[in-house]
Amino acid sequence: MDNDKKTTVLTLTDEEIVNPGNRACSGCGLGIVYRTALKALGKDTVLAVPPSCLTVLQGLYPVASTKLPCVNVTFASTAAAATGVRAALRATGRDHLNVVAFAGDGGTGDIGIQALSGACERGEDIIYICYDNEAYMNTGVQRSGTTPKGVMTTTTPIKGKLQHKKDVPSIIAAHGIDYVATASAAYPLDLYDKVKKAASMKGGTRYIHVHTPCPSGWGFAPQYTVHIGKLGVTTGLFDLYEIVKGEFSLTGESAKRVGKERTPVEEYFKTQRRFRSLSQELTDEMQGMIDAKWANYTA
Amino acid sequence: MHVIESGNVAAATGVKLARVQVIAAYPITPQTPLTEKLSEFVESDELSAEYIPVESEHSAMAVCIASSTTGARSFTATSANGLLYMNEQLHWAAGARLPIVMCVANRGVGAPWTVWNDHQDTVSQRDLGWIQLYCSDHQQIHDTVLKAFKLAETVSIPVMVCYDGYLLSHTYMPFDVPEQAQVDAFLPPFKPTHFLNPEEPRNFNTVTLPDVRPDLHGNTAPGYMEIRKTLHSDLRAALTEIEKIDGEFGEAFGRGGDPFVEPYRCEDADYVAFCMGSLSYQLRDVVDAMREEGTKIGVIGLKVYRPFPDAAVRDALTAHKGVIVFEKALSYGNQGALYADVKSALYSAETRPFVHNYIVGLGGREIKTHHLYDALTESIKNEAAIGDEPQWVGLKL
Amino acid sequence: MSKEEFCSMISVSEPGPGDGGNTGSWRVVRPVIDLEKCIPAKTGKPSCFNCWLYCPDAVVTKTLPPTIDYTYCKGCGICAEECPAGAITMVDEASFTKEEK
Repeated sequence: MDNDKKTTVLTLTDEEIVNPGNRACSGCGLGIVYRTALKALGKDTVLAVPPSCLTVLQGLYPVASTKLPCVNVTFASTAAAATGVRAALRATGRDHLNVVAFAGDGGTGDIGIQALSGACERGEDIIYICYDNEAYMNTGVQRSGTTPKGVMTTTTPIKGKLQHKKDVPSIIAAHGIDYVATASAAYPLDLYDKVKKAASMKGGTRYIHVHTPCPSGWGFAPQYTVHIGKLGVTTGLFDLYEIVKGEFSLTGESAKRVGKERTPVEEYFKTQRRFRSLSQELTDEMQGMIDAKWANYTA
Repeated sequence: MHVIESGNVAAATGVKLARVQVIAAYPITPQTPLTEKLSEFVESDELSAEYIPVESEHSAMAVCIASSTTGARSFTATSANGLLYMNEQLHWAAGARLPIVMCVANRGVGAPWTVWNDHQDTVSQRDLGWIQLYCSDHQQIHDTVLKAFKLAETVSIPVMVCYDGYLLSHTYMPFDVPEQAQVDAFLPPFKPTHFLNPEEPRNFNTVTLPDVRPDLHGNTAPGYMEIRKTLHSDLRAALTEIEKIDGEFGEAFGRGGDPFVEPYRCEDADYVAFCMGSLSYQLRDVVDAMREEGTKIGVIGLKVYRPFPDAAVRDALTAHKGVIVFEKALSYGNQGALYADVKSALYSAETRPFVHNYIVGLGGREIKTHHLYDALTESIKNEAAIGDEPQWVGLKL
Repeated sequence: MSKEEFCSMISVSEPGPGDGGNTGSWRVVRPVIDLEKCIPAKTGKPSCFNCWLYCPDAVVTKTLPPTIDYTYCKGCGICAEECPAGAITMVDEASFTKEEK
């Protein structure tokens, strides 16, 4: 992405496609992600959305907060629904529109992974954006496949989650699709450029996985959404990268960290109540995993 | 044009003539040859449509839901467990009022695994808000597919075209295929009122509250219950449309009549056998034999199961002494679902025939003509002794 | 019945603001911008706009000076937290009179 012209806060469009007064919680990371991604997609876009916090953000009948056509679909079917939208747009001569699936981590990596894998294997002409808030937030913070190890959720209430986070973007990348990227709610400009790039690569499947802090689910005061999202990246826990036709590269803040010191991951854990029961042993284990991962990154 | 082909090909030919725009399907026995034929039509450019080889039936219906919402005529087909895997999607398609047409080659459901015919798959899905039409031969399959698209798009309700797996799906029979121009005149292109369109952005199937609520223009928008009530009342109103479309089809193609029930030798009949699907044609042989012996008996095949045409059923049955309902499905722990529906329709009649319930052919158990003969004879003879409990035909243990 | 008479009720929503109502009423603390400190306000040049960039609810304007729509601002405080000049203070809603609200 370094060869492309990067968007700055001054060049970022001030057109808003999401209306204020929506039902998202105060300080919602998804609010930043959704608002920014839709700026990049523009109005020639059709959305497919499964049940998730986004359903709530979008509003209840008969008023919608989003100025885009959107089909709400069943939990497991988002990528297949996006496939259907694309097929119908081709059949009705409107193939120029973006077709975008927008789902949470459960709707993507757990219940929705079969339809998503099918769509990726077929190379469907869709953009799939997963906002990963690392648990089932809309139903009240139950563990998901992408909940990190040790995290307290309402279904891991005493011992914390016993398994590590599922690496969904790597699973998707293994399908060999044209574009896979990660992004963070704390770096909206990086996210914006990735969504723009995805939109420009029409023809194949494009996937963007966005780390999305959640004040109520993670246990922090709402003003820290961006601060904590940044810590997720500067500690090296969640990396910003893209895989363009198989070529991996770190981007933005993660690219800047290669060969430099990273914030200890403990600093990140300390900011959130969901990590309150994390043992020193597990903290060390996680730090070790991050260090091992970063040992493989070269400038 | 007259052809001799399988029931699945009769369905595929109808789908092609309907100029369907999006097809998504996942293979399952005995529906498979239908999807194979459709992919062949699309790959050979005989049919200009998008064919999506999805990874599951759940996704097949997801594609159809989305493509129909986007404004394209959409089709899928399945059987048995495939239909059941779609279950939440089927409710969704009806609630979203999408005119999707789906063929179901009827098959028993597991466990234990069976690939053979009965009606448990579609009968168990009778409360979805879909229209369910049943066919008795290949011509009916072909014609019903064409009528189904017109019906679905008139009433904005999805339609299932059901036909017996193997017995119809895989057997070969002659049927007439109309010219494309004739079909085009009968079935205009799909033009939905609302569809996914950035120029008029709308959010479909939004969370809807228990109560009514003002919209942006100060009008009262319905709550969930009003929307669902409308689905029901539109299904009831669809009965009139079914009759109308059957009439239009008859004028255009010279076939049809009897939109709801298909009677055979019933005029003076004391007793009537009642069932759905190809079984009604098999029962005609039994009726002929029993008539020769002096029993005044006829048979009625039900063509529309949902919405249930209770007035037509009542009219067709009240004049007789007895009605013997044969079913390839069961509402387990109660009775045959069709049997219950027939009895319910007759409740308000001034004179009511006795009604018996015979369960036949589950999981493809062969239905011998002499079994049907025995069942009818027993039913007539032991009228008073047989109660509501379903009688099982053809059990060997 | 005509085609239009069928399907008279479906859940199809129109875009509009404030489906959640005036979400400003959720607020317990209010972001107040000190224009003496705010970089674009102070310099009179378009710059910074972190408050606009990070706002989850699109209630801050990218203008000189930036403004906040208190009808919908939920008071999360991200703008105050991310302001590099410390120009935004979160003030207790109770300290405002009814008119100011």
